[in-house]
Amino acid sequence: MLLIVALCIPPVLGIAGVASDILAHTRYFGSNPVKEVEHFLGRWTLRLIFATLTITPLRQISGWNWLAKHRRTLGLFAFAYLTLHWIAYAFLDVQLDWGELKKDLLKRPYIFLGMTALLLMIPLVITSTKAMIRRLGRNWTKLHRLIYIIAILGVIHYSMAVKKDLTDPLTYGAVLLVLYGWRIYRATRSRPAPA
Amino acid sequence: MHIRRAPDVQSSEITKEDHYLNRREWIAAAVAAGAAAGFVPQTLQALTQGQGPVATGTPYGLQKDDKPTPWEDVTGYNNFYEFGTAKEDPAQYAKGFKPKPWTVKVDGMVKNAADYQLEDFLKPAKIEDRIYRHRCVEAWSMVIPWRGFSLSDILKRAEPTSQAKFVEFTTLFDPRRMPGQTMRVLDWPYVEGLRLDEAMHPLALMVTGVYGRDLPNQNGAPLRLHVPWKYGFKSVKSIVRIRLVDKQPRNTWNLSAPDEYGFYSNVNPEVDHPRWSQATERRIGEFSKRKTLMFNGYADQVASMYTGMDLRKNY
Repeated sequence: MLLIVALCIPPVLGIAGVASDILAHTRYFGSNPVKEVEHFLGRWTLRLIFATLTITPLRQISGWNWLAKHRRTLGLFAFAYLTLHWIAYAFLDVQLDWGELKKDLLKRPYIFLGMTALLLMIPLVITSTKAMIRRLGRNWTKLHRLIYIIAILGVIHYSMAVKKDLTDPLTYGAVLLVLYGWRIYRATRSRPAPA
Repeated sequence: MHIRRAPDVQSSEITKEDHYLNRREWIAAAVAAGAAAGFVPQTLQALTQGQGPVATGTPYGLQKDDKPTPWEDVTGYNNFYEFGTAKEDPAQYAKGFKPKPWTVKVDGMVKNAADYQLEDFLKPAKIEDRIYRHRCVEAWSMVIPWRGFSLSDILKRAEPTSQAKFVEFTTLFDPRRMPGQTMRVLDWPYVEGLRLDEAMHPLALMVTGVYGRDLPNQNGAPLRLHVPWKYGFKSVKSIVRIRLVDKQPRNTWNLSAPDEYGFYSNVNPEVDHPRWSQATERRIGEFSKRKTLMFNGYADQVASMYTGMDLRKNY
């Protein structure tokens, strides 16, 4: 419950901030609130995806197995953030100019990658219920490995979207490398053992 | 001197009254263009949404619903990578910057090359307040009450030789004073350029102030350019050198990403940036988007300089 409340803070701040900026020029998000909230929500989406990917290593290191049951919450919130990020882009930024949305999707690789990541997340959301987990069995694990690709797409999308300064996207990329590095390390270390 | 000029420049040669800048002509031109169907006030009393000073000055090329962008945005939302890459960085990290004393070197293919102390450089200039439209290549825009003088004034004083075809501008390079320059995000120092006829155009403004005040550091103190029909990155800040040359100068953003930023960089709604559309823009302080205008609304004054040029190729 506490986790859910905490996860509501960034989007609530984002929505309230951009609303007051647009309606009352409060400058919560500075001079260009639409762009800022779009980026704010995008960065939070990546952070939440990273959080879901941190659960397993954290369990393995600390032995805190109770973390596992929060992974779904984090993942669902990641999708909620991503949806809000897309709404900020499509509704507030492009303002539902369909021609422009289409052109973005077809001509701008970073938009295409972002949209691909969003679509790939939908099956993960649909199969997040207990019944679906049970029904899919081992395939559930396979399907949910999609998150590894989604996270990579997200980081590439971010690095292609910035104008010039790659510091932030590279930082996110480095975090992702650590998360994947840990898994590769575990896999290579544990493989010879059963043999 | 073989200097191409826009046809409406001549009167400025003769008289300091600057008849070509006469407001009635400009407004008439704007109305004739059908761009502004309504009334354009001579002096805009800004309805600023902030606490900043009130904008005054002669409007140039403003559309009927153009209002000066509030002081807080003009001085708080800046692209000036010399002080950091985030929009709020310049206001924060340029606070301690000392723009005086300041020397401006004018050299290259001129009869009167010289190093000027800023005060001497500005002394003969006819400083005026002009309200211009500003369009960033990132698809946002502002309306800014600049204070300054036509770049052509100083170029005429320098007397370009017949070989001179372009003007190159250089920003100060001093990483101790400009901390953003310790990052190699761009190739320092920042350089920009104009064709000589563009530089001689009366709209090309050497800027010394904004909102009736001295230029804040984050806006390019103490001396910057503003070329209102081009994307903002052409309007080089904190200028230390103006050099007349015979070949097209390099410009920093073009060197950084040649497929995204050209030399001309005229505002053009029909030629998109590879990663975003240039057809519309967001006016800072507004939610709905505006249509971007050819040459940022200055087509009547500047389009003749580019007749016969493929603007898709020369982006």
